[in-house]
Amino acid sequence: MILHPALILVLGALVLPWLPHRGARQAASLALPLAALWAVWQVPDGSAWQLHFLDYTLTPLAGDKLTRLFATIFALMAAAGALFALRQESRVEVPAALFYAGSAMGVAFAGDLITVFIFWELMAIASTLVIWSAGSRASYSASMRYLSIHLLGGVVLMAGIAGHVAATGSLAFTHMTPDSGASWLILAGFLVNAGAPPLSAWLPDAYPEASWSGTVFLSAFTTKTAVYVLLRGFPGTELLIWVGMFMIFYGIVYALLENDMRRILAYSIVNQVGFMVVGIGIGTEMALNGAAAHAFAHIIYKALLLMSAGSVLYRTGRRKCTDLGGLFQSMPVTAFCGIIGALAISSFPWTSGFVSKSMISQAAGDEHLQYVWLGLAAASAGVFLHAGIKFPWFVFFQKDSGLRPADPPASMQIPMILFSALCIGLGLFPAPLYALLPFEVNYAPYSGAHVVTQLQLLLFSGLAFFVMLGFLKRTLTISLDLDWFYRMFAPRLVNLLTPLLTGVIAGLERTAASVAQRAGKTLHRHHGPQGALARTWPTGSMAFWTVVMLLAWLALYYLP
Amino acid sequence: MRESTEKHWLLRPKTITLLWRVFIAILAATVIAERVVHLHPHFGFDGWFGFHAWYGFLACAAMIIFAKGLGLLIKRPDTYYGDDQ
Repeated sequence: MILHPALILVLGALVLPWLPHRGARQAASLALPLAALWAVWQVPDGSAWQLHFLDYTLTPLAGDKLTRLFATIFALMAAAGALFALRQESRVEVPAALFYAGSAMGVAFAGDLITVFIFWELMAIASTLVIWSAGSRASYSASMRYLSIHLLGGVVLMAGIAGHVAATGSLAFTHMTPDSGASWLILAGFLVNAGAPPLSAWLPDAYPEASWSGTVFLSAFTTKTAVYVLLRGFPGTELLIWVGMFMIFYGIVYALLENDMRRILAYSIVNQVGFMVVGIGIGTEMALNGAAAHAFAHIIYKALLLMSAGSVLYRTGRRKCTDLGGLFQSMPVTAFCGIIGALAISSFPWTSGFVSKSMISQAAGDEHLQYVWLGLAAASAGVFLHAGIKFPWFVFFQKDSGLRPADPPASMQIPMILFSALCIGLGLFPAPLYALLPFEVNYAPYSGAHVVTQLQLLLFSGLAFFVMLGFLKRTLTISLDLDWFYRMFAPRLVNLLTPLLTGVIAGLERTAASVAQRAGKTLHRHHGPQGALARTWPTGSMAFWTVVMLLAWLALYYLP
Repeated sequence: MRESTEKHWLLRPKTITLLWRVFIAILAATVIAERVVHLHPHFGFDGWFGFHAWYGFLACAAMIIFAKGLGLLIKRPDTYYGDDQ
């Protein structure tokens, strides 16, 4: 019997909060992801578990290269996140985060659509708990908005799955083409979790409201699980190129306008997932390898960036760029690790982003997709602009805020240093990562031309940043997004309509009451104690009326 | 002089001038290096001299200006959604 790696985390997370000692809980939170990582590598290719449910055969555990790649990084991420969150006071957050990681892994190992759906919903609930456990009013409302969007996405997905199963009779989760209503619904359900338009706003709305450690977990699982299911379900769907392209530029522009350091990084998740979605849309082996490798690399450097931001938040309690600055002087380790993450997200040569993202551009070039290639090149420069320089510059440099917080404790520094080492290590030695990719890799990232052109692109983007710094001055603002419709418009509409509706309802009630009253009076008049129909009549009048009726009948009988 | 001893060495005006000079030298070097390496453009225009340099710069300038313009329309005070923020 093969252990299900996802169940190790999911069941372990349920036991975790009830362990008696804090030390035991901490040890278990580190041991569970490592045990799951071990189990991931015990799963053979093909379906390992089968279950009969009603008339269907479910495959809750099936392995292949793509599954293993995502499950491995999910387990690594859960372990590093648990280490970073070792000092987290909340007893809910880490168990919820491990449950969340386990559910993401459950989607990765699912061989059928029902299992995908079950873990998909568990992921939504567990991640809501992670946000909610920050304990503030803002995090509570954000978590409820987040949950509503994800439950909506879940309903769309379920409708699609039901339609797909009814039409094809197959539960298997394999390559689909969006050619029927049902498969469109499945695609839409997947895209909600990827942060695709029009519902991208849930991500920058909710993630930054989690605690200093919660956001680190959140950045990894939901969107990357969506990338995984798109990779398996819809590779080569051309629409995804344009969806991804929109996400890329949406992320850049909104991050440029943003003042909250963690929201900048949240927008840049949408941006980075956009690159992966473009790769899935291009759909060649090179592009799909690129998307998968980029998801792997992204989880590491985005977690690193959010650990760096989380450390700043942990020490200062502040998250707005306008309140921060100059922190490199007293937080050198945090600043250094943040810069490594920023270089990796920007695909700087000798970092992990360089060896993964460039495969997607290469695929666009190989397919002669000129505009896509130009868009990706502009966006690569834009990533350096909005995340690569903007985040470290406004948090650690710019003006001196006068704050002199110390670097965080060792339990928070160690995962940052480990992930920094991975960002550089994968950049220098990409072969182990390439070996994990779903298809054989025929790509050498380090050619003189590639390094030189990428350096030009990035460094001149840096020049643009510093030349136009006046345009990027931080203000105490947020930027409106389509979430305005459910955060402002809908509540206002309800407020506006409430007096109107109460008026209409009161009027209807009054009319109904008076009609009923009048009916009651009529009844009373005829059937009441004094009513004509309730009177007691003498027997004589009864006999009289009977005689009248009989005479009338007689008369009618003899009529011709 | 007192100020420069109080400030971190990285923040002194002298260092900043030096950093700018080094930065510009590196920028120039990356463009000149194009002459040394063998470019293999996909489309043709990406083989023009210094294409990635000026394309990167102009793309970023365009994005910053676009964001600035869009900001005029969609920026709101960060208390817009109430004390929720």
